Amino acid sequence: MRLSHRGVIAGLIAFSVGMAVVSMEGCKNPDSGKTGGATAGGEAAVRPKTTATGNAVTGNEIPVGEFASLTGSTATFGQGTHNGIQLAIDEANAAGGVNGKKIVLKTEDDASKPEQAQTVVTKLCTEDKVVAVLGEVASTRSMRGGSVCQKYGVPMITPSSTNPKVTETGDCVFRVCFTDDFQAAVAAHFAFDQGFRNVAIFKDIKNDYSMGYAKNFTDEFTKLGGKVTGEQTYQQDDTDFKAQLNSLKAQNPQAVLVPGYYSEVGTIARQAKDVGLNVPLIGGDGWDSPQLIPGAGTALEGCFFTDHYFSVDLRNPDTKKFIDAFKARYGANPDALSALGYDAARLLVDALKRAKTLDGPGIREAIASTKDFPGVTGKTTIDANGNARKSALVFQIKGNSFKVFKTYTPEQIGK
Amino acid sequence: MQALVQQLIYGVQLGSLYALIALGYTMVYGVLRLINFAHGDVYMVGAYVGFYACTRWLPFRDLAANPSAGPTNIALAVVALILAMTICAILGALIERFAYRPLRNGLNDGDAHFWGFVLALPLAIKFGPLVSFRGLALLLILGIGFGFALRPVMRWLRRRIVLSTSRLNALITAIGVSLLLENGGLLVFGADQKFIGNVVPETNWNIAGIQISSGQFTIFVVSLALMAALRHIVLFTRRGKAMRAISHDIEAAKLMGIDTDRVIAFTFALGAALAGAGGVMVAALTHVKVSPLFGLLPGLKAFVAAVLGGAGNIPGAALGGVVMGVAEAFVAGSRFSTYKDAIAFCILIIVLLVKPAGLLGKNVAEKV
Repeated sequence: MRLSHRGVIAGLIAFSVGMAVVSMEGCKNPDSGKTGGATAGGEAAVRPKTTATGNAVTGNEIPVGEFASLTGSTATFGQGTHNGIQLAIDEANAAGGVNGKKIVLKTEDDASKPEQAQTVVTKLCTEDKVVAVLGEVASTRSMRGGSVCQKYGVPMITPSSTNPKVTETGDCVFRVCFTDDFQAAVAAHFAFDQGFRNVAIFKDIKNDYSMGYAKNFTDEFTKLGGKVTGEQTYQQDDTDFKAQLNSLKAQNPQAVLVPGYYSEVGTIARQAKDVGLNVPLIGGDGWDSPQLIPGAGTALEGCFFTDHYFSVDLRNPDTKKFIDAFKARYGANPDALSALGYDAARLLVDALKRAKTLDGPGIREAIASTKDFPGVTGKTTIDANGNARKSALVFQIKGNSFKVFKTYTPEQIGK
Repeated sequence: MQALVQQLIYGVQLGSLYALIALGYTMVYGVLRLINFAHGDVYMVGAYVGFYACTRWLPFRDLAANPSAGPTNIALAVVALILAMTICAILGALIERFAYRPLRNGLNDGDAHFWGFVLALPLAIKFGPLVSFRGLALLLILGIGFGFALRPVMRWLRRRIVLSTSRLNALITAIGVSLLLENGGLLVFGADQKFIGNVVPETNWNIAGIQISSGQFTIFVVSLALMAALRHIVLFTRRGKAMRAISHDIEAAKLMGIDTDRVIAFTFALGAALAGAGGVMVAALTHVKVSPLFGLLPGLKAFVAAVLGGAGNIPGAALGGVVMGVAEAFVAGSRFSTYKDAIAFCILIIVLLVKPAGLLGKNVAEKV
């Protein structure tokens, strides 16, 4: 029965074509990465305005929503941020809440999936009737959540999504951290200051953050006079990077930029050592996780990454109180994401207190008019595009911990 | 030239792993004409067993603190490997017994009790962590209770179901088992990724400019050894003879007095043990993250390797694996690294167009 044999093969071919299409899906994403970097030039993008009025406070409680990756591939991001937000909300309630009204935090897990972020934010806006949303670390997920908030007119503050496109979603979306064009420019200046002139790039093609970071780094680094010797890509959940690293090694770079997430960086660092690529790796805030070192072993010793202006080593009085409170409650030192979560929630509480009306437009205006808010990650002023201007740190990994190596202010970078 | 040789070595290393997983696919296809899509997830379970063995169950010592612990840790790593292979073999046999055998022979009371436990698992986890006394006790009580409750259902089903010889049923069941294992993995192991740190001493060798890491070398050597052992079992033991007999003609094998169900279960166990060995070695020696979807892509590529080499053909699966690995390494090392996963499927399409039975497969007409 030759026919049925053919049938099976035809089926297999159809299946393979399907899988090939799925595998190639990743190459669609560079476009989104590029548009992310396109606004890096400085001209203000026009943010769409919302016409929806959001949700208003009705009872004696103020419902505030949070969406976070409590599980999934970037679970430590979501958990760290959630701890910071919870601490800030509890402190605010203990201090009397907002004009006598208690804040109730409703947290939803998006399992590190963009589709799920969209679903849970819709639930928060329509069923839980939250007046504002805090959330997400990953830019891809913040954009999904942001577009939902924009649709319903509910103001949203992202603690740590750095892709410029996030706040371009609309006038309901704000952030309390710097953007990738700034962070990548810091990395470029830093690499140049360290004397690196030839740098290779290894980026995650499925990740908007990684693609945007790589593009902005290339722009700034070439402007300074450096040269990007080669570029290779990987995809989130890949496990073997040696072939790409080996081809990068052939161009003898002085350093390799790996703007990815901690989940892959550790393996990449180990395999870089395996292929004999013994140059420092440079990364961004996506490296900042307690899981980075278990994944990397000693392979990241001496490497650098740019991060938000927060470290337990910078014990100025502003941050000291926060660090002590955090440590007393969770038994561990806060990381930058916890600190940004804490700042985002406190900035929201501050805005709620200043808001003329406790509904969508009122809270939105209050957040937009924030000036010199004293955060634990530096003074925060929200600009016309919903972004915050802040300094950045460069950390070096030394003996299994992160040491502050250098500080860059926006003025130093010329942004 | 040197870079070329280096990429070739990476490709062969990667390929040996694909081959190891592909053997499981091809053996099962050989005896049952079934593509066991759950095989990649068995590989995932192997990696998790490795993780728990290396971090919880076995007394591994920290190498950074005790450099002299190397030999003991290597011995423990062998124990972890055997443990993972054993647990995966049991899992493979269980999958065959409770997912595929009912499609051939119908349901019975044993199935009722098994599915009783499966139903009890999420409930037990909801009310207590699985490793706690409360969780285990709940699992036991609920599992037995559900089992007895399901017995009349199974008996009713047995009377109602007309067994079909359609291969499509088994294929869809395989996809179902795969989904069950992936999502069950989320439930039991959690969605957060886990890393195995350095458990055995690791070095890099530089031979005339070619870099070889001890971990990758170990994976390659152990894979070869396991494949040699498999070849011995299939060609020179009674069980192997029975397997080959079944793959020729299952009905005739039954008439010759071969307990086909047992041999089929053994085949599943054998393939699963190899996948488990692959999983634990990759997790412990290359330190990649272990997550419930750990087996998805390697499983798919191994499946492609098995078809490429000729489904049902054991040397073919090994060859297919190496071809896939080398192709992937060369593409990943070129400017087109984004397409490295797509290339696997392109190769499959081309080979199937030119040689529909696979590289080493024989194109025999099936009798009706």
